[in-house]
Amino acid sequence: MNIHEYQGKEILKRYGVRIQEGIVAESPEKAVEAAKLIMAQTNSKFVVVKSQIHAGGRGKGQIKGGTQRGVALAKSVDDVRDIAKNLIGNVLVTIQTGPEGKKVNKVLVAQDVYYPGESEVKEMYIGILLDRAKACNVIMASTEGGMDIEEVAEHTPEKIVKEWIDPAVGLQPFQARKIAFGLGMTGEAFKEMVKFVTNLYKAYVETDASMFEINPVLKTSDNKIMAVDAKVNIDDNALYRHADLANYRDVTEEDPLEVEASANDLNYVKLDGNVGCMVNGAGLAMATMDIIKLSGGEPANFLDVGGGANAKTVEAGFRIILKDPNVKAILINIFGGIVRCDRVATGVVEAYKAIGNIPVPIIVRLQGTNAAEGARIIDESGLKVQSAVALSEAAEKVRAVVAAL
Amino acid sequence: MSVLVNKDSKVIVQGFTGSEGSFHAQQMIEYGTNVVGGVTPGKGGQSHLDRPVFNTVREAVEKAGADTSIIFVPPAFAADAIMEATDAGIKVIICITEGIPTEDMVGVKAFMKGKAARLIGPNCPGVMTAGECKVGIMPAFIFQKGKVGIVSKSGTLTYEAVDQLTKAGLGQTTAIGIGGDPIIGTTTKEAVELLMNDPETEAIVMIGEIGGGMEAEAARWIKADGNRKPVVGFIAGQTAPKGRRMGHAGAIVGGADDTAAAKMAIMRECGIHVVESPAMIGDTMLKALGK
Repeated sequence: MNIHEYQGKEILKRYGVRIQEGIVAESPEKAVEAAKLIMAQTNSKFVVVKSQIHAGGRGKGQIKGGTQRGVALAKSVDDVRDIAKNLIGNVLVTIQTGPEGKKVNKVLVAQDVYYPGESEVKEMYIGILLDRAKACNVIMASTEGGMDIEEVAEHTPEKIVKEWIDPAVGLQPFQARKIAFGLGMTGEAFKEMVKFVTNLYKAYVETDASMFEINPVLKTSDNKIMAVDAKVNIDDNALYRHADLANYRDVTEEDPLEVEASANDLNYVKLDGNVGCMVNGAGLAMATMDIIKLSGGEPANFLDVGGGANAKTVEAGFRIILKDPNVKAILINIFGGIVRCDRVATGVVEAYKAIGNIPVPIIVRLQGTNAAEGARIIDESGLKVQSAVALSEAAEKVRAVVAAL
Repeated sequence: MSVLVNKDSKVIVQGFTGSEGSFHAQQMIEYGTNVVGGVTPGKGGQSHLDRPVFNTVREAVEKAGADTSIIFVPPAFAADAIMEATDAGIKVIICITEGIPTEDMVGVKAFMKGKAARLIGPNCPGVMTAGECKVGIMPAFIFQKGKVGIVSKSGTLTYEAVDQLTKAGLGQTTAIGIGGDPIIGTTTKEAVELLMNDPETEAIVMIGEIGGGMEAEAARWIKADGNRKPVVGFIAGQTAPKGRRMGHAGAIVGGADDTAAAKMAIMRECGIHVVESPAMIGDTMLKALGK
């Protein structure tokens, strides 16, 4: 599960990780109020206004039809109002959102942490994630703050410090020191960094996170270490034991069809193609998308109806796929193991009738338990549905349908 | 010969009396699998499906001689179940459960290090040796005793491959569903190695998907091992977008190396017969075997 920057920072703060402080606001007026409070607390006229969307690249991103950047420094209360007005309710396009962008519903008004002082301000990077091959977590730190870690890894891998964490004993102090030294920290900043890394890792493990990306981690001019941004993902499978974190879900950030699908216990991912599909099993669902592509179409979605495909799930699946206006044909691909194909076929026919007229051609491929019986039910239903048994046969039928579009 | 499970395997079911456990235990028994009992803590001493229920796995090992376990317990308790089976001396642990938190599996892997047990899964359809023993949830009737071994991250894609091999007249030795989670017990390479060393297995089908580096590791091992047997390979998710999880917790494209295209390229370089369409697995295997 993706969460917003301000939510990620809330988690970090709870674990004693210093953050760039801020207040989230849903209107320009609230943003102004927040700014006044922060300006008084920090004794500064500067604050930063940061759009809160589930995508990176906000600083360089731009509001659709305008010039406003997704993150901007405000030098006065009037500035705050103008920036917040430009952001809230408008669509921000970044390198990660795609050309359609994402609507900004909230901004984070945050303290300016780049103030001048005794030493130079320095931006760094710290990420925590799972190393699948080693089956343990790894902390990655880089002196190149503000840069994409993949780029740093490709061009200057020597600038990345990695520490793998033994799950039996957790992060050890020597490892936190290695990271702090590796980032070139000395004196007070070194001590702060050791504490920062230690608390950050504790937060990662205890919240069942699947990724932390703190970019930048800032050394301020008075040698404090703080998280200026926080990209946090939580392991969906662990949400059952984190009711507080589950509340961080923001459905306005998700595709409405994906929200509807998840409410129906369907695993659906919206894509941009013209052939919808409904499949049992995640691997076969991906493979079915691939077959659509090989047959000349483009997959409109990923949809795994799971092990219990029945009339109800099939109908829900149909309704969701059909709400996507790009869908010009649908391929249903079920390999009946425990699920019987005749039952699925009956489910397809019932769902079809319940929905009424389905305006696009449908190909139903049923294989496995009672496959022939399933095909007979489809063929005798009188509906405009083509049946197939072998996967290659289904692929050929998709090819013919796509060619006729 | 076969790998992991055979007619002599003494199987227990963890989560025996639950609905999933009961249903699939019944199916396994009907196939002829030697299910010697089950474990449900607190129900020890009872009988279920004409088999004894034990409180602990240790008891099932001592009293029923269990050496293989299949786990159907809910995600919150599955990691514990795997570790209990490991501690009790079970040799092959097959975990069907989907949805185990990743951090739990990190702990399980660390716990199992240096111990004798082999874990298959989690989030997998199980293991089946055609004509001998089913320890899983796959539809048995599509199998036919034969000569091809299967390694797959996906359940229904395994069935697809099995079905095509049966219809091609080749049949199967053992099908190993290794699971679709980011952390699994037995890797693609380890499962392929088992089949490569099995005298009855003449060829291998290797099915992977986007995410992680297991298929590349297996492909390099196959080449280094001298391509002793023909391998037909498929990677699901050629059309999957970057950064989106496609159903399986582990099926997500992170960088350039874990895309389907990258994996397929490495597999081809390593002498694997890569198919772009999963509909071609059976035909390609026939050709690879010169038939």
